[in-house]
Amino acid sequence: MMASSYNAKEEDGRNSNSSTHGGAAVAKSKKPDNTAFKQQRLPAWQPILTAGNVLPAFFVIGLIFIPIGIGLYVTSNNIREIEIDYTGSESGSPCNDCSTNFTWNTTTPCICTVNFTLNQPFEGNVYMYYGLSNFYQNHRRYVKSRDDSQLNGNIKSLKEPSKECEPYRTDPVTKKPIAPCGAIANSLFNDTLELFHNEPNGRTTAVPLAKRGIAWYTDRTVKFRNPVGDNLSEVFKDTEKPMNWMKPVYELDPSDPENNGFINEDFIVWMRTAALPTFRKLYRIIHKNSSSTLTLPSGSYTLKVAYNYPVSSFDGRKRMILSTISWMGGKNPFLGIAYITVGSICFFLGVVLLIIHHKYDSRNNSADIPN
Amino acid sequence: MGMDFSTLRTLINRYCAGEENCVDTRTVYIGHKQPPPGTEAFIQQRFPDNRIVSSKYTFWNFIPKNMFEQFRRVANFYFLIIFLVQLIIDTPTSPITSGLPLFFVIIVTAIKQGYEDWLRHKADNSVNKCPVHVVEHGKVVRKQSRKLRVGDVVFVEEDEVFPCDLILLSSSRDDGTCYVTTASLDGESSHKTYHAVQDTKAYKTEEEVNCIHATIDCEQPQPDLYKFRGNINIYMGSEPVSRSLASQNLLLRGATLKNTQYIYGVAIYTGMETKMALNYQSKSQKRSAVEKSMNAYLVVYLCILISKAIINTAMKYVWQADPNRDEPFYNGKTETERQRHVLIRAFTDFLAFMVLFNYIIPVSMYVTVEMQKFLGSYFIMWDDEMFDEELRERAVVNTSDLNEELGQVEYVFTDKTGTLTENNMEFIECCVDGNVYVPHVICNGQVMPGASGIDMIDTSPGPDAREREELFFRALCLCHTVQVKEEETVDGIKHGIHQGKSSSFYISSSPDEVALVEGMKRLGFTYLRLKDGHMEILNREDEIERFELLEVLTFDSVRRRMSVIVRSSKGELYLFCKGADSSIFPRVISGKVEQVKARVERNAVEGLRTLCVAYRPLSTEQYEQVCHLLTRAKLEFQDQDKLVAEAYDLIERDLILLGATAVEDRLQEKAADTIESLHKAGMKVWVLTGDKMETAAATCYASKLFRRSTQILELTTKRTEEQSLHDVLFELSRTVLRHYGAMPRDTSSGLSGEYTDYGLIIDGATLSAVMRPSQEDSNSGNYKEIFLEICRNCSAVLCCRMAPLQKAQIVKMIKASKEHPITLAIGDGANDVSMILEAHVGIGIMGKEGRQAVRNSDYAIPKFKHLKKMLLVHGHYYYIRISELVQYFFYKNVCFIFPQFLYQFFCGFSQQPLYDTAYLTLYNISFTSLPILLYSLMEQHINMEILKKEPSLYRDIAKNSLLTWPIFIYWTVLGVYDAIVMFFGAYFLFDNTTFTSNGQMFGNWTFGTLVFTVLVFTVTFKLALDTHYWTWINHFVIWGSLVFFVVFSLLWGGIIWPFLNYQRMYYVFMQMLSSGPAWLSIILLITASLLPDVVKKVFWRSLWPTTTEQIQTKRRCLASEPSTIFMLSQTSSRISF
Repeated sequence: MMASSYNAKEEDGRNSNSSTHGGAAVAKSKKPDNTAFKQQRLPAWQPILTAGNVLPAFFVIGLIFIPIGIGLYVTSNNIREIEIDYTGSESGSPCNDCSTNFTWNTTTPCICTVNFTLNQPFEGNVYMYYGLSNFYQNHRRYVKSRDDSQLNGNIKSLKEPSKECEPYRTDPVTKKPIAPCGAIANSLFNDTLELFHNEPNGRTTAVPLAKRGIAWYTDRTVKFRNPVGDNLSEVFKDTEKPMNWMKPVYELDPSDPENNGFINEDFIVWMRTAALPTFRKLYRIIHKNSSSTLTLPSGSYTLKVAYNYPVSSFDGRKRMILSTISWMGGKNPFLGIAYITVGSICFFLGVVLLIIHHKYDSRNNSADIPN
Repeated sequence: MGMDFSTLRTLINRYCAGEENCVDTRTVYIGHKQPPPGTEAFIQQRFPDNRIVSSKYTFWNFIPKNMFEQFRRVANFYFLIIFLVQLIIDTPTSPITSGLPLFFVIIVTAIKQGYEDWLRHKADNSVNKCPVHVVEHGKVVRKQSRKLRVGDVVFVEEDEVFPCDLILLSSSRDDGTCYVTTASLDGESSHKTYHAVQDTKAYKTEEEVNCIHATIDCEQPQPDLYKFRGNINIYMGSEPVSRSLASQNLLLRGATLKNTQYIYGVAIYTGMETKMALNYQSKSQKRSAVEKSMNAYLVVYLCILISKAIINTAMKYVWQADPNRDEPFYNGKTETERQRHVLIRAFTDFLAFMVLFNYIIPVSMYVTVEMQKFLGSYFIMWDDEMFDEELRERAVVNTSDLNEELGQVEYVFTDKTGTLTENNMEFIECCVDGNVYVPHVICNGQVMPGASGIDMIDTSPGPDAREREELFFRALCLCHTVQVKEEETVDGIKHGIHQGKSSSFYISSSPDEVALVEGMKRLGFTYLRLKDGHMEILNREDEIERFELLEVLTFDSVRRRMSVIVRSSKGELYLFCKGADSSIFPRVISGKVEQVKARVERNAVEGLRTLCVAYRPLSTEQYEQVCHLLTRAKLEFQDQDKLVAEAYDLIERDLILLGATAVEDRLQEKAADTIESLHKAGMKVWVLTGDKMETAAATCYASKLFRRSTQILELTTKRTEEQSLHDVLFELSRTVLRHYGAMPRDTSSGLSGEYTDYGLIIDGATLSAVMRPSQEDSNSGNYKEIFLEICRNCSAVLCCRMAPLQKAQIVKMIKASKEHPITLAIGDGANDVSMILEAHVGIGIMGKEGRQAVRNSDYAIPKFKHLKKMLLVHGHYYYIRISELVQYFFYKNVCFIFPQFLYQFFCGFSQQPLYDTAYLTLYNISFTSLPILLYSLMEQHINMEILKKEPSLYRDIAKNSLLTWPIFIYWTVLGVYDAIVMFFGAYFLFDNTTFTSNGQMFGNWTFGTLVFTVLVFTVTFKLALDTHYWTWINHFVIWGSLVFFVVFSLLWGGIIWPFLNYQRMYYVFMQMLSSGPAWLSIILLITASLLPDVVKKVFWRSLWPTTTEQIQTKRRCLASEPSTIFMLSQTSSRISF
């Protein structure tokens, strides 16, 4: 009987093999491989988060984060920074005339001067920024309104800029392609800022402002390239300057022929669109003197502005910022405070967990698992 | 009479010619020969050819049809719409971001389906082209199978498969029978006998067959394998002869001819109309509870998405009211933009926001879930512990959609025979008029009365008793449908049975019958074979007795008995009947009813399966009457079943009781342990059986379904006869409710195990009374409620005397009750199929009663004991895994998209994306997809062994507890929190200052990259924190995908990409990494993002630990302890009271 039933089953199994269909049911009636993977028995590390083992981590994080935070905070506080708002929207402010009498079609820039005092001297390299607020460089229409291959020196794109540049793609009058095309290039910040030190002896000396080194090295050397040609004006012959520009792109920096065309650093800096509507961009660098005197001694200074850039229409503001730099950048207390906060919270939680661990976990460990 | 009907029907057919639908019968002309003129006109109906088409597509329609089917899925359609919107309007992200993933998914699916269809085409072709033999003009001709037409006469040889549904005309056997195995159809490997019509069985050569002049009227094809009605009209001479045809004349496509040299048959159903093809229709789709919650979450996220888009659109227009904001001098619009109507602009803005935020519902989630289910199901098939050495079978997964549902089961409905028990019948004893015979005390054919001190035993059987005893044995030898299967040796049937068991054995669809015939053999009466309509028995004196088999009144589950009518060599006519006690006793007019009844009840209590045997001597007149009744019933077309049942009812009466038999069905190995585990896991186990109450109850006690402490509530016919159903129900519900009212119900009290539990026994008749829809009585609607209330409070319920359909009804009733519990049905036989299909999860056992249950199930396992691992381990894991998968997917996409939403407030609602296109596209595809997929395949929060040892852990995940709304909200809030931390962390870092040491500034893409870097690390670490099972694969994938992200970012920003119209990411990532504060802020933000989740986990674990967490904490010490539960395996199947 046993033999007979066994045989019957064998046949059963064989038949079902051919008759059962469907994706998953393949290759049956063989003994499954007894491998660790197939039997879900791969050797494994099985950690669990308990108060006991998280506790030290919390203390460690707290003990690491708080000093870092304090260090960051102190570093940030040691940075010298001064912000001069020269928008001139308020009557009586130095640039009010320029601001209110702004017209697009002037050949002579409106000049205004702003005086300010540095109470403390600035040491080391000093970085000069211009800042704009309420300026949406991150607006989608604006961000995409550029042609990266044109900026990379592609001749074809120079002649025929990308559609993304509309409506700043071709000049409405001459119908020639605009180089550089797009809204970003068209709205290049064109105030000229100069800085003068009013020395106590009454002399006024210009502070030397370095134009180079303000853009990313990779941008200047790889991402932005002039079209190939001996003479830049020849290369850009069939193109039109952007509508808002006073000078064509190959004459942006008359003083330095290497700083013209698409590789002009002011231009490159502007082309890197800011993340937020209030932003600053690096304008000039005041290198520290070779002699060990202070870069910017305390005292009275004059900022001379060639006021070309209108911001009043969108309630924007313009600022000039002078700042020293540490290894962690400019003045920003946020990171230090955040580190101290998170570190303290971790430390505090560590203490709470210690209490809980003592009170509850020992109880749980002694309790029996109910069946 | 029958002739008239058929003429009428032909007339109707003619009337409706051309409109196939209203033809409910078909007329087949055998050999395409016209009937003799005058009878009826020759109308050729059009039938399909014998081509089997299981493929879905052709070469031409594959692309349109497959695309249509794929885009019918809501998710795919949604992404297609998003993609089209991106193509049409000016959107923030390029169409590639959503097009690429979508088309990847679509193409992979299309390739998979195309390949499967190609395989089907190949299979179809090989089937359709295989040669068949057809009789044409008196010769056997080879044809391709697909060219077979209805009406062709087909010649089939031994071991060949029937190419279409055939009516048997004649066979090589003289009696016109043939043997067939339908194993590939319903899995029953036994040999079934099919009969040719009397009038055609003599035509045995192709020439003779060619002379048959007949038509067949039969019903149009229907899928029921066991139902067939038809008529054959044979024109011999002048007068046509009409014979009825039934399923025993119909050879089904797919079945195999056995033990018969050849047959001739006429094709009546071909191609897609064969019963096999009609049975291939797909089953209804079952959806798991997880899928339902997933869809609910999707709706929530869709609402979030739409409201985000609406909020931003509205804000945009409020903000833009000032024209200097809308279009400042530095940022002009094109002329076409300016001229667009404001409503169109608003609408496109809305769509653009939708596109920008659409990643919150990721395509990849569907792909990942599908892959998880498909790949995950392999672990079930691979499971070594679910492999049965004896059957050489492993678990089978028929659908992988329900893996996680295995972890959610609340009600288990199990069959008894073959599921709880082995269905390996062993003849224990028989009792003839109170004399008990036990086979194993027989020596050399000497019958010894039972040795145990049973007071009923008549110790001195007189000659009269001896005669009745032999009659009883003969009855059992004759009243069955057992076949003798001979092994190889053709003439060795007798020889084989004499010499050894191995060369020949009995086969039957019912193991009980085999056990009985085997038992008889041991008691001295050996059934030899059925030859030429005579059954041969070898009696104790080694003489062959021949009985002519006149009629077989086959077994059915309604009558619960079967009979044979035989004529002995002396010419005496007998009707032998065997069946369940309840169906025999009412029909008995004489015999020692009391003694037998007592013995039967005693045996039933011991858990044995009992059958009663009775006979009725028939006079010749009576026999003729019987024949008349049967032929009339069988000729009938319309209500044949009913008439046959009535005829049987008339024939099987006035019986004389001979005795009873007892057969033991052993409990399956570890059945009790499994049931106990299921109970501990909080599942309610219901046993649904057709058996009688006492037997079933005994099995229930043996399998620990009922324990000694269980208070049994009975809801049976016996009780409802005494009291009204109404009173019984109310009394029971009061008993149950009083208990629960007195004890405050603690939801987790399942662990205490101290309260008395209740077990309910209900029988089929009472159940149908309870479930009967209210007619005159408005109260009866309440019965169902009360009954459900009682059932809810019972840990175990036994339903006995159930018809197959009632099993499905019960499952349906529980499914529809107000908690909507998840049900699981497990069974092995064809009678369990309805319940397997009805339950949320259907599990088939690879038992002896064919493969129908396995084929219709969602999962199939070799033995009942494997259910424990299936539910407690696999089900638990799959549920944990998939719930984390679903929650995590939504979480990581909230983290991903919410910063983009916040960014809109700082970029003038201009739909400026925060992240670069490559990041948007690859976030879900490659940066964060593999760790969660691997997690959802490998995670084991607790070791397998502990899950098996502690079934109560199953309660921790009951009721979809990991996908409840609070948990979903927790994950979403966590995602929003992380997004806020990441976004504002970066915001304050970028706020109007520099963080490089050379004073240079970063732009918006650095901002986005910083957020994105923190994002990728945070969501990956979050998953790492949730992972409890770190294999090398997890390490590889988690750290690997982070490394991949970094490498990709370096590469993506490392070169000027040709063919790309923007170079916005050039050196952005490197420049960011060159800044110290960027590193510091990444570390800080990751820490701050993960902190709340860690704190929540640790606090909850310490203050309000779940059972799972307690056991996780204590895992190591537990693993080394021997478990008490584990040792509680059953040692003996036999139970004594």
